[in-house]
Amino acid sequence: MAVPAIQAEGLVKRFGDLVAVDGCSFVVREGEVFGFLGPNGAGKTSTMRMIACVSPKSGGRLRVFGLDVDRYPREIKAQIGVVSQENNLDPDLSVFDNLVVFARFFEIDRTEAARRAEELIDFFSLREKRDTPIEYLSGGMKRRLTIARALINRPRLVILDEPTTGLDPQARSLIWERLRALRDRGSTVLLSTHYLEEAERFCDRLVIMDRGKILVEGRPDEIVSARMNRFVVETTATPEVIALLEREGIGYERFGDLVHITVDAAEPLVQRLVSECSPARLHVRSATLEDVFLRLTGRGLKD
Amino acid sequence: MTDGWVSWRVRHVWERNFHVFVRTWKVSFLPPLFDSLFFLVALGYGLGQFVPAIDGVEYARFVAPAVVAIGIMNASYYETTYGSFVRMYYQKTFDALIATPVTIEEVIVGEILWGATKSVIYTALILPLLAVLGVISLPGSLLLLVLALPGGLLFGGIGLCFTARTPSIDTLSYPQFLFITPMMVISGTFFPIESLPVQIQWVAFALMPLAHLVSLSRALTLAVPAPMGLVNLLWLTVVTAGVMVVAVRQMRRRLVV
Ligand SMILES: Nc1ncnc2c1ncn2[C@@H]1O[C@H](COP(=O)(O)OP(=O)(O)OP(=O)(O)O)[C@@H](O)[C@H]1O
Ligand SMILES: [Mg+2]
Repeated sequence: MAVPAIQAEGLVKRFGDLVAVDGCSFVVREGEVFGFLGPNGAGKTSTMRMIACVSPKSGGRLRVFGLDVDRYPREIKAQIGVVSQENNLDPDLSVFDNLVVFARFFEIDRTEAARRAEELIDFFSLREKRDTPIEYLSGGMKRRLTIARALINRPRLVILDEPTTGLDPQARSLIWERLRALRDRGSTVLLSTHYLEEAERFCDRLVIMDRGKILVEGRPDEIVSARMNRFVVETTATPEVIALLEREGIGYERFGDLVHITVDAAEPLVQRLVSECSPARLHVRSATLEDVFLRLTGRGLKD
Repeated sequence: MTDGWVSWRVRHVWERNFHVFVRTWKVSFLPPLFDSLFFLVALGYGLGQFVPAIDGVEYARFVAPAVVAIGIMNASYYETTYGSFVRMYYQKTFDALIATPVTIEEVIVGEILWGATKSVIYTALILPLLAVLGVISLPGSLLLLVLALPGGLLFGGIGLCFTARTPSIDTLSYPQFLFITPMMVISGTFFPIESLPVQIQWVAFALMPLAHLVSLSRALTLAVPAPMGLVNLLWLTVVTAGVMVVAVRQMRRRLVV
């Protein structure tokens, strides 16, 4: 069997007394788009920083391309590209210079660096901004440039910490499309995101983390079908509705003034709700990853 | 996590700073030059009219080497305090660099080397001006270009030690008025160190890098033998090595989490 891109066993990260990553095990295969999902403070960034060899692990085993992160950080870093959660482009330099200056750190010679920079500028639709200092770029352009910069060494593995956060829908879909193209060329893509709907569409496999632990790992459709009935009926939490559900022993989840009932056949329930309770709001939809996410991590604010 | 040794890759860190410098050198280099010239004119020619020759040396020629030494200090010290702090804290440049095959040690050493380079560039620019003013003797003063390197490494390392510990950019002013400013006064800069009480002279030579730098610098610009030249050089070498080790350790503690 091929060596996995990333293999973690009982991975731990502590900051003093705080356990940010608490015994995580997972495998990322080469050539897949792999997502890290989880509420704020779940430990996504901490995990990704250990994989990128910029933060020492506190325990467990972690291998990237079969290499131990503690022993071969240089070899690993040469083969990966990193987009961190915070922008760290060089504000004094232009788009083009940001790329070529960064290339030098990978021992890429000047002509080759310039060639790759031009290529990446086209790939990320930054052509007309080529010579613009980056302080004049929009948030979406900066993000694209950061991703372009992470690709300058033609990495086998790209690690992106919330690559689409704060961007408009067009900018987000452009980034997703480029990441897919990257995967189709054989790179492995590891990313974290808070956009569950996008994760469901674009990730081949993913994990949901909370409080440092991995709650589920798998393909998005399998995760949803294994844990949820097919449909979610969403309705107003009136006393009549609650009474009906309690009386019939139908399981439900309450979110503020709404209730969610997951069922495999929606029609009978909907008919009874309409005829017996006439709720102000009634909505039937397919169960999504977001439903699994909320069920697993709870709806309370995390941090 | 990092290999703990420093390879030739430090040159990329240096190059990155150089690249930015080339884009912005006019803003970053004219002020220190003017600074030095103002000092020299105000002290050397202004105050100098009221000061008798010191050991037969007219006052402008006495202060000139101190002005250069202070310039060497400032060039690297400010680069690795305010400059490095901005790169580390606001621009997150170091975070971006350690995600490449470069180690944190190489980033730190690269920063110090760059600070020292700024000291050398400063010296190369100020020397012709001082030569035109006739306050330094040639060709001996050209050796200041060589002296600027250890001087720059030392103050660059000292600057990074403070950068590693400072909670914010504002608190960087503490080492400045607790250390740099007193040192500028008692290091034999504006008056002979021998005119200080002997205990303070000892303190100066034991703890003040600038005292050693001024002493060597003055010997070069006046073309006279340095009374303690070897001691000065040895002190600078040993302390520079020590400071660089401390700087790397402190920065590791701050950045590797
Ligand atoms: N350098 C640090 N020092 C101390 N605690 C830290 C540090 N970095 C992260 N933590 C803590 O570790 C936990 C996990 O943080 P992490 O940044 O990995 O979460 P995350 O899943 O990336 O969250 P977000 O979605 O908000 O980015 C949090 O409780 C955080 O406060
Ligand atoms: Mg995060």
